[in-house]
Amino acid sequence: MMTSLGLETGRRGLILGGAALLTVPATARAQGSAPSTVIDITKARTDPIPIAVPALAGGGRGADISRVIQANLRNSGLFRPVDNAAFIQSGEAAAATPRFQDWRTIGANALVTGRVEDLGGRLRVEFRLWDVLPEQQIQGTAFTAPAAQWRRIAHLISDVIYERLLGEKGYFDTRIVYVAESGPRDRRVRRLAIMDQDGENNRFLTDGSFQVLSPRFHPNAQQIVFMSYFQNQPRVYLFDLNSGRQEVLGSFPGMTLSPRFSPDGRTVVLSYAQGGDANIFAVDVGSRSQRQLTSGGGLDVSPSYSPDGSQIVFNSDRGGDQQLYVMGAGGGGARRISFGRGRYATPVWSPRGDLIAFTRISGGQFGIGVMRPDGSGERILSEGWGMEGPTFAPNGRVLAFYRESRASGARGEGYSSRLAQIDIAGFNERQMVTPTDATDPSWSPLLA
Amino acid sequence: MNTKILGALGALALLAACSSEDTAATGASTGAGGAGGMGGAGMGAARPGSQEDLVASVGDRVFFDTDSTQVRGDGRSTLERQAAWLARYPNVTVYMEGHADERGTREYNLALGQRRANSARDLLVAGGVSGQRIQTISYGKDRPAALGSDDASWAQNRRAVTTVR
Repeated sequence: MMTSLGLETGRRGLILGGAALLTVPATARAQGSAPSTVIDITKARTDPIPIAVPALAGGGRGADISRVIQANLRNSGLFRPVDNAAFIQSGEAAAATPRFQDWRTIGANALVTGRVEDLGGRLRVEFRLWDVLPEQQIQGTAFTAPAAQWRRIAHLISDVIYERLLGEKGYFDTRIVYVAESGPRDRRVRRLAIMDQDGENNRFLTDGSFQVLSPRFHPNAQQIVFMSYFQNQPRVYLFDLNSGRQEVLGSFPGMTLSPRFSPDGRTVVLSYAQGGDANIFAVDVGSRSQRQLTSGGGLDVSPSYSPDGSQIVFNSDRGGDQQLYVMGAGGGGARRISFGRGRYATPVWSPRGDLIAFTRISGGQFGIGVMRPDGSGERILSEGWGMEGPTFAPNGRVLAFYRESRASGARGEGYSSRLAQIDIAGFNERQMVTPTDATDPSWSPLLA
Repeated sequence: MNTKILGALGALALLAACSSEDTAATGASTGAGGAGGMGGAGMGAARPGSQEDLVASVGDRVFFDTDSTQVRGDGRSTLERQAAWLARYPNVTVYMEGHADERGTREYNLALGQRRANSARDLLVAGGVSGQRIQTISYGKDRPAALGSDDASWAQNRRAVTTVR
């Protein structure tokens, strides 16, 4: 039952004390016929699911938790949380017994109820997801966690709702690591920063005394690999989120850049500048042995593994200008996959394996797009003066990237860089909230 | 970066070093390390062998065409003068910084900047400077000298800058 929620308590010192299904019938029912509220994502794009999330009962964090859930669901573009002002029954009363007629009347197809219990420093939050039309419970789960972690409980509940109603895993219990930018562009201060996917709990990981770029998560979400200019030596480093420890990865005499972990976390693939060229290398994180994967006589950068670890997509100008190439993870046999108009860069393989997202520069415009791994089915999702660096949410349905606005004056007036996200169908583009300008987002896997 | 360069002085020298760049001396130019501040010695008073001296006497930077990593003809003569200047100060070691304009992606531009730094370094070495004295470093598009989003600014940003360590 716990696995069905994607919870693996204890293994990584998770803060959650445990989760339990409250009732069995929901699970049993799910095996028979799907809840009537369940629709596919394609339909939810045009017709977001109306859902009511009243304040959880018990006071305290109840209202806060429901607000976070509402924001998550609304931001996905696939749900339409009903305005609290329309509620007829209170969350307190609904937690005891939902009066389904009251929720039908205000147009909710799904209802979330729950109760928060303060266990003295810890919270126990039980929640139930209801299918309003047949008046049936779809899911009931209880979470226990330190009170300070109430937001995580809200994200976990959001993920359960997303998965039960859309039939796909959610992406709310995740974090984003990025480069926080401040100051004028010629003296930009760049710091590693990390935040929850909704922009909360922002924290700076480095102090800005050396430049950092290109942070990427380890598949366990506890480590980051990034590029640092510490002591004026641009190199790829590992950063441990628990200890704050940083260490150089590999023993390359020159610049290493654009690192990314393999799906099993055992290897980092990166680019190493050798003379006038740049080649892709794989570094074994345990033994630190390093292996050269390309020697194409061009600038080979931005490698990204396929989710099964068998292939690597990367960016190379070996054919004259920047294009995307795919090769086996052991190197060799690279074949070009991008053939549209323009230059292609920053490829990143979807965790679902079905798509590669990229940056395209064409006709003076930058765009974020996706194509299938064989190069077919190219779609540009967003286009503008400046944008790059897509990263997939762990369910492969949403991309985060960064957008730059054009400087309007000679002193860089009007320039900004902000994080944005967009559904892979090309809808629901929204700016993400960060305390400073931001670039180079990397989306974590699900934390639990 | 720990380099120090004078805004006004840098701009003057820049004008001298690359007269083919009609926009090279705009007020937005801030010099190699991006310190951009004013102050220090006036023209002609730079300490011999210092960054200020390099800028004032031979010019600290060369420019590149879009997507090109070949030093242009005007840049080659700048690098010849830099090699002669470095021969006068055998104890000076330098960074050769490679840069790119903002119309490319960050990671590719880091590699492009590295290639530009290497091209410029190779010409210094060809001019007799020991390769041991030159450390290349690339900032890609992340340390622009000119802050505008226009052709003139981009022309100034596609550059390799020699900075005294």
